[in-house]
This record gives sequence, structure tokens and C-alpha cells, in this order.
Amino acid sequence: MTRTDKTPFILLGALVVLLAVGPFLPKWLFLLTMSLGKGLVVLGLVVLLRTGLVSFGQGLYYCVGAYAVGSLSQFASVRNALLLLLAGTLVAAILATALGFLLANYRGIFFAMLTLALSMIVYGLLVKTSALGSTDGFNVAPASLLGKTISGQGNQYPIFALACIVAFVAAVLTNSYLWTALGQLSSAIRDNEIRVEYMGASVRSAIHTKYVLAGALAGLGGAVTALTIGHIDPEMAYWTTSGEFVFVAILGGTGSVIAPFLGAIIFEFIRTYAYQYSPNTWQLVLGTAMLLVIIFLPAGLWSAFARLRRRT
Amino acid sequence: MAVILNTKGLCKSFGAVTAAAGISIAVEADSVVGLIGTNGAGKTTFVNMVTGYLKPDAGDILFKDRDITELHPRDITRLGICRSFQIPQLYDSLTVFENLVIALGIRDRNVHGSVFSRTFKLVPAANPLVVGAAEKSMQRFGLLEYRERAARVLPEGVRKLLDIAMALVSEPEVLILDEPTSGVSADEKFTIMDMVMGAVRSHGCTVIFVEHDMEIVTRYSQRIVAFYEGRILADGKPGDVLSNEQVQTYVIGGLRSLGTAAPGVSHA
Repeated sequence: MTRTDKTPFILLGALVVLLAVGPFLPKWLFLLTMSLGKGLVVLGLVVLLRTGLVSFGQGLYYCVGAYAVGSLSQFASVRNALLLLLAGTLVAAILATALGFLLANYRGIFFAMLTLALSMIVYGLLVKTSALGSTDGFNVAPASLLGKTISGQGNQYPIFALACIVAFVAAVLTNSYLWTALGQLSSAIRDNEIRVEYMGASVRSAIHTKYVLAGALAGLGGAVTALTIGHIDPEMAYWTTSGEFVFVAILGGTGSVIAPFLGAIIFEFIRTYAYQYSPNTWQLVLGTAMLLVIIFLPAGLWSAFARLRRRT
Repeated sequence: MAVILNTKGLCKSFGAVTAAAGISIAVEADSVVGLIGTNGAGKTTFVNMVTGYLKPDAGDILFKDRDITELHPRDITRLGICRSFQIPQLYDSLTVFENLVIALGIRDRNVHGSVFSRTFKLVPAANPLVVGAAEKSMQRFGLLEYRERAARVLPEGVRKLLDIAMALVSEPEVLILDEPTSGVSADEKFTIMDMVMGAVRSHGCTVIFVEHDMEIVTRYSQRIVAFYEGRILADGKPGDVLSNEQVQTYVIGGLRSLGTAAPGVSHA
């Protein structure tokens, strides 16, 4: 806690490297952009996990963020990428604020199951809403920035670059939040809620704030994904999507704000290769990878870097 | 001296068990009050009512003439009543230093924070001011050598000290200690109490402490309140209370008197 936090510099380094090597990796850009979108959702999940809360329903905000982008693009012809990303984040944050009043009362398995139930309600509603394409969803028109189209066919680098910058800003801000008194309350709440209350802080409002932050990040992740794929469907709110985020969070670890992105990139790579080389048993490969991480790096992939850093 | 904490006729029952039957205590500012009594006499129930954990069935609690009976523990803490616990309540996975930094961070938001800064404070928790205050607190309580140790691996005596240090960083006006020396070796108990009293005296606050150890009570209290079956058996100067016949019979020789009828209430 006393050491100078180097995370923002590492993030800045990663941003520069990604932006520089991006043009030379055209085949990987889509996968990397998708990983950044998912990494944003997992970043929010990490904030909750540090507080001792597991949400099995972050797909809800991921989906709502994406649908906000899709709807604005489809029904209001909004094309400005920044405006769309902001809208996705805000809509998710507003929904999280409303649902947070209920969820901040619950802990453990009850919190996890309620988040899952809420995301499945949204999934059910979307599936039945023909105006939003029911199970098929609908396409999102290419977005633009400063008068230039930056997403859609042939525009993988611009949207990748935007995703990198957005992920960088979100990670730096979340990192500073985690270092503030309010951010540090996460571990305190996880360890001993009674003491937190007896020190004069409200556990409920701290959890509510963290839940809104996690929701907003998931909405932003969904918005990035919607622009990257150019298509959205209710599967984004399905429980397996939320489960995937928890999977990535455990894979990456909760030790740093970099971990979610690292976890998401590695997850996407393993899945893509597994799917390519063993299309019938790719889940088995993912499961084995997870098992190995849990056995050898119980605090996630990030802990391997943390160990290296301590040695040097 | 002015009365800082005033309880009037506090009553609390748990089913058929009466834990408080009209407890009235007026605590003067800057005094040190020891609460004694056998197990089940109602001491901890009294502490829990004053700190908001339990709501009394009847009666009022006034802190500086303000009614705090219905307030939540965190609001009572913010007003200036802090407590330590019989079983230390720490953030077990965090280090001693981190425990104190979090305590200071919360204090900071309570005392100095505007509505805006409470929510959006972007100052790192471990800023130089907080680090300095945490180090001062560790030095005062002899915790410096444990600075980077996780709270869960600390010896019981050190856990007690950290628990009290965390309550004190809030700079309370009333500090309530629930059995500060229970579970601590005979050698350590006076060290702990000396450190606590030294720290308390340096910033001036009222202390109420629950204690079973008569040596400790005698040495550190200016006033003793003896509890028995939810009532006050005696209340006054240590010498008077401890020589009181009923206190001798029902509190100090408490275990022997189990099963006998409750005596009437008197003041020493």
C-alpha cells in the first residue's frame, strides 16, 4: 500500500505497444478488440470480487450497454462512436443504480443468484420483443468519429484503437478508485462488515457504489462489443455469458486492474485455437486450462507476474 | 463535570431473560468508568445498546443531551462514540498498517469529507497524512514491528491492541472497551491498559470499560458500576463499590452465588 503504484505506467506502456503493433496484426485485431470489451466487464467484476461479491449476472449490463448502442444507432441514427459508448455506459449505470437498491442487501449465494435471475429476466424480455429482433437481435450500423467511419467491414484497426484507449482510461480510473479510501473499503467489507459499520462507514452504500461501477463498466464493455461485431442479440444477457466473465475473472485474478484484460485476451486465444483444432471438445481444453490455473496459480494468471516482480 | 453520556431506565429482555431492567447511568466527561459483573449480568447488553447494536425495549440514551437511542451504530460512531470488541474485530487478511489506513480513511471521510468528497474522493488512501497518522498510532501501541503482518496471524494481545488502536484513530469523545484484557496473558494485561490509558489521556476522552479482572478495574477506574441480573447493584468510587457487601457476594464471588435470589438495588 505504501509502494508507488506503477500500474498506470504499465497500462500506458501496454497501450502504446498495442497501438503500435495493431496495424501489423490484422488477423488478430477482431479477437483483441473483443477481448478488450470483455476485459472491461471483468474489470467491474473484479471490483465486486474484491468486496467478496460474485455476480453471475454481469451479462445483464453487457447486454443492456450493447442494446443501448444498437437502439440509438437503429432508431435514432446516432453514429458518433463516443456518444454511443457513453450512452451504453450511462444506461447500464442507471439500471445498476436502480437494481443496486435491492442487491446491496444481499451477500454470498443470494447475491449471485439474484444477479443471475435479473439477467435472465432481461434475456427473457428481449427474446419476446419482436421490435428488437427477438432471438436474432439486430445489426448495428458502423459508427463514426470525427466524420470518419471507424467500425464495420474493413475498419478493424480504428475500432481496435478506440477500444484500447477506452480500456486504458477505464483501467486507470478504476485503479485510482481502488487506491482511494472508498476503494480500499472493498477488502475491509470482505473481511469484516461489522467493523466497517462500527468505524462509521455504510457497507450498504459502499456496495451499492461498487455495483454501479461494475454495471457501468459492463455496459461500456457491451457497447465496445456491439460496435466491434456490428450485431447484437439476447445471448449477451444469457447466464453462460455471465459465467464466462466469472471464468475470465478467476483466470486473470483480482490482483490488478491489468489482470482482467490479460485474462480476457488469453481466454479468447485459448478458445479460438481450441475451437479451430478440436471443434467438438473445445470446452474440454478451456476446462483443463482453468484447472491448471486453479492448481498452480490459485490467485490467477496475474499472480505469476506479481511473483516475478517480487523476486526482482 | 458535565455529563457526556446519560442512559435513563434502559430495559432489554431476550425472551424470559432480562438483560437490562432499568439501567440509568450518567457518565461524566473525561472520566474512566469500569463496568463489572458476572457473565450474563448485562454489561455487554448495556454496551451494545449504547453503541446502537441493540435497541432497548424502553428507556433513553443521551449523548451530549442528544437522543441517540434509535440511531444506527455507524451514526453513533460518527457522533463520537467508538468501541472495541471482546473478540477483536479486524480485517484479518490485511496487514496491521492496512487495517489502520482503512480506519483512518473512514475517519477522514466522516470528519473532513464534504458530500462530494465522500463519494468521489480521488486522493489515494495511503497519502502522506494518513501514513503519518497510521505510523504514529502503531508507535503508540507498540505495533510497528507487526506493521506488515496480516492481522489473522497476530498474537491475541496484539490483536486486542490493534482493535483498540482502530477505535481510537476516530478520535472519539467516548471510548467503550469490551473486556480489553480478556484472553491476554497476565504479563501483557497491564502493558495493554497502560498503552490504552496513555493514548486516551493524550487526546482526552471518556472511557467506559467492561472488565472481569479486579486488579485492572481497581487500578484504572475512577468509578465502578457493578451489574447483577440486569440491574445496577452498586455505583460509585472503586473502594466503596468493591467493599460493598452485595458486590462481594454477588459479583466478586459471583460464581458461588449462582442460583441465589437477586438482591435489591443500592448505591454505595
